[in-house]
Amino acid sequence: MPLLRSPSKEPLWKDELSVFTSDERYVTRRQFTKFLTLASLGMFAGNLWILAKAYFVKAPSFPSAAVCEVGEIPVRGAKLFAYPTPRDHCILIRTGEEEYVAYSQKCTHLSCAVYLSAKEDRLECPCHKGFFSVRDGSVLQGPPPRSLPQITLERDGTRLLAVSVKGS
Amino acid sequence: MPNLERYKQRYGLVAIDGAMALIVILLIVQIWLLSATLETFLAGHTGAVLPATIFSGLVFLGCLVLDLFVTRVDQQSRKP
Repeated sequence: MPLLRSPSKEPLWKDELSVFTSDERYVTRRQFTKFLTLASLGMFAGNLWILAKAYFVKAPSFPSAAVCEVGEIPVRGAKLFAYPTPRDHCILIRTGEEEYVAYSQKCTHLSCAVYLSAKEDRLECPCHKGFFSVRDGSVLQGPPPRSLPQITLERDGTRLLAVSVKGS
Repeated sequence: MPNLERYKQRYGLVAIDGAMALIVILLIVQIWLLSATLETFLAGHTGAVLPATIFSGLVFLGCLVLDLFVTRVDQQSRKP
């Protein structure tokens, strides 16, 4: 089949849906370029969609939920809880006498559950050896692409409350 | 004259192939841009979304201009 074909007198749909297999496989450079330009438009539309989601969709509101009593867990100890839904497992860590931090237990790599390694003072994902800082949930080592989502805690008398999720 | 015609056609083909190669490169950049924007958005950072969208729009305009260029060169090289 020749590389270049003179413009057909037939309508485009007859060319595209030809009864001849060789004609069906034939795509002109102009058609191919149009297809690439349409793909480019599609990706621009994707970016616009992300922009709309980022600026026009309001941030989700989180319920307030009791996590534990103050002093219930020892210093450098941890407690598992679920927030904001029963399916979202989180880990609360007591880092000092009056200091508590909580993170989502889902590793940001492939969603394995992270656990506290008190000896190493870090959160570890056993699946692919991803390590996170206990201080701020940032990635110390391994394949996770971003920090663990942090649960904002508030103290209400003798109770610790989870009030929101940052970076989810 | 036939030599001139053949030269025009060959020139047109080279120009079209070059433009198509450029569009493919722009598309690769745009795919990377889209995936990086989605990644940062899902990580909760929205600061990069607007510049990325503007840049993606510019890349699309570039593709559109190249598409128009290909159409024009193709028509010119086919003129009897």
